[in-house]
Amino acid sequence: MPSREHHHTIVALVEDKPGVLNRIASKWRQRGFNIESLAVGHSEIPGLSRMTFTVDGATHDVDQVTKQLFKVIEVVNITDITDEDVVARELALIRVAATPNTRSALIELAQVFRANIVDVAQDSLMFEVTGDEDKIEALYELCLPYGVKELMRTGRIAMARGGAGHPEIEDGHRRYRSAGEGKAQVGSLL
Amino acid sequence: MKLTGAQIIMECMLREGVDTFFGYPGGANLPMYDVLPQYPQIRHVLVRHEQAAAHAADAYARVTGKAGVCWATSGPGATNLVTGIANAWMDSVPLVCITGSVVSWLIGRDGFQEADITGITIPITKHNTLVLNVEDIATAIREAFHIATTGRPGPVLVDIPRDVQQQTAEFEYPASVNLPGYQPVTEGDPHQIERAAKLIAESERPLILAGHGVVISRAWDELVELSEKAQVPVITTLLGIGGFPGTHELNMGMPGMHGMYWNNMAISEADLVMGVGMRFDDRVTGSLKDFAPKAKIVHIDIDPAEIGKNLPVAVPIVGDVKQVLAALNREVGPARHDEWRGWLNEQRAKHPSIIIPETDKLLPQYVIKSIYDASGADAYYVTGVGQHQMWAAQYFWVDKPNGFVTSGGLGTMGFEVPAAIGAQFADLKSTVWAICGDGGFQMTSQELATVVEYELPIKYAIINNGYLGMVRQWQELFYKNNLSAVRMYQPDFVKLAEAYGVRGLRVTDKGQVQSSIDLALSHPGPVLIDFQVEEYENTFPMVPPGASLQQTVDSPYHAEDARMRETGGVR
Repeated sequence: MPSREHHHTIVALVEDKPGVLNRIASKWRQRGFNIESLAVGHSEIPGLSRMTFTVDGATHDVDQVTKQLFKVIEVVNITDITDEDVVARELALIRVAATPNTRSALIELAQVFRANIVDVAQDSLMFEVTGDEDKIEALYELCLPYGVKELMRTGRIAMARGGAGHPEIEDGHRRYRSAGEGKAQVGSLL
Repeated sequence: MKLTGAQIIMECMLREGVDTFFGYPGGANLPMYDVLPQYPQIRHVLVRHEQAAAHAADAYARVTGKAGVCWATSGPGATNLVTGIANAWMDSVPLVCITGSVVSWLIGRDGFQEADITGITIPITKHNTLVLNVEDIATAIREAFHIATTGRPGPVLVDIPRDVQQQTAEFEYPASVNLPGYQPVTEGDPHQIERAAKLIAESERPLILAGHGVVISRAWDELVELSEKAQVPVITTLLGIGGFPGTHELNMGMPGMHGMYWNNMAISEADLVMGVGMRFDDRVTGSLKDFAPKAKIVHIDIDPAEIGKNLPVAVPIVGDVKQVLAALNREVGPARHDEWRGWLNEQRAKHPSIIIPETDKLLPQYVIKSIYDASGADAYYVTGVGQHQMWAAQYFWVDKPNGFVTSGGLGTMGFEVPAAIGAQFADLKSTVWAICGDGGFQMTSQELATVVEYELPIKYAIINNGYLGMVRQWQELFYKNNLSAVRMYQPDFVKLAEAYGVRGLRVTDKGQVQSSIDLALSHPGPVLIDFQVEEYENTFPMVPPGASLQQTVDSPYHAEDARMRETGGVR
């Protein structure tokens, strides 16, 4: 079985109930995965939330956990969208040290990155920046020489391009009937 | 009319058809025990330790096919259930555990006897929930039974604070459940079933590996039909034992670590292996990369996560074994595999894995076989874990679909003593034998009090070699015979039995075996026989850890045994 070590982005539709996050985290922990990022919020369906998480691991291992996660009763649907054409975004807040000498350079930097300056203090500025991870990394790197006092990131959220929105809830269950040929992959079945 | 939370629990159990359950009272489930006498139609069995409640409910579920139910109080009561829950989880047994929790305002404040049991049991339950409103109890319990018994069965835990048990609400039992995230697929994909049928038709050396799923979904008739129609030999895993008639000419017995030599060779030669309701566990496969090297794999299982977990699969079929086999039987045409079966029988004659040698010594295999011969297909056989368990599995060739009750996945020593209680309650008319190890027996022997209190005529056979036999076997073979902490002081088991009010017998001699078993069978009450067997007998055939099935070591009476000792398992 090909075992490719890389970033996986997984999107789950889950019921809003206490303990769901714990159950999901528990499945990853059991297999020794470290969750790189996790973003949770309400979905368009009342009572259901959407989670995006990214993990590092071999495809077969990630598939295994994803299938185990689908067995969590509150998980209504789950998809590995790593190989799909998606829009992925993250939001970051960066508090960067600013002096009268550096302030205007920093403001220029923000403009280049289309970052908003959302707070101004005597000795610092706060940037709000949205984009993919590379963009946020790039801005962060450029801020470093000025002195980054604090960095906070939301983690990735991702949505497939085009298509007809989220698949019907039942589809997730039905697609397991064949469960892939040769190897059973969640990501390849949607 | 308004009912208390505790009454609602009982009403729900009534509607779920619970007639017997197992439990232990304590501070946090007092309201439940307070209303218990109002429901005389439900029998509560008071055990002596909560672990026993879970194991008894587990065995009860395995025999009846219904959910087993157990109750415990908060904190230590709930944590004592944990081993039993894990056992049911590993073996896909439907269990509903209802625990009392500390009063809701003390949750998370380290109240007396508080333990976060829903947190603790997340990895070993199919689902669990903490109910904080009395109005939600009925739904929670309805869902618990639904989840526990459908799809791939498993344990569900419902934790209810004491004050919630005391609050009142209108009782209405939900007519249906609303679980958008839980819709198990039971019907196999027709396309895959067609492909499987085609592979069967094309195969020359097919095998069926039947597992617990066959027993759980009660698919034994469908399995017999498939096997007979296409003349495919059936190998049963430890938990698949009983899923195919023991005396059937196509029954090949158990594979794997202590399975029949011929099966391990057959798996290595087969061109088609059909896993039916089993999960290619490491005790079955040996070294995975060498498993069934010439075979295409068809895998039928209700749990999609099992497909492709351990092995690449040519034809995956997700669905209920009974439904899938019924559909498959419609597609499969008659076939014969005479040459293949001839080869298998030849292997069987050449390597008679389970021949008991002529000797005056009291061999454990002889004891176990004598129990089977005397008690037959009407009895239930419950085992613990270790050497005696493997012998019990090897010598089980009887026609009883769910007559063999054992702890497979978790391998829980001490399971046998309370599990026999559950099995006996599931069928009060039949004989129940608990085949015990001397080590495991001492882990749960307090349950003899329960046996006597409820007048259960269970026959306990302790296969007593004075050792933790399987651990010693590994120390002998793979740790240079460095016997460390495996020799055990034993109490006088006969006196122990009698202290509880159980008839106790001691057998030290081969000549006493038959008469003691006859006496046990004719005695109307519980009996314990302390079979003081040959100390150093080991369990063979054996696949050394990490080795492939092809490297199976046959019978101890061959030179292989000595060679294995010398080389530490490598041939």
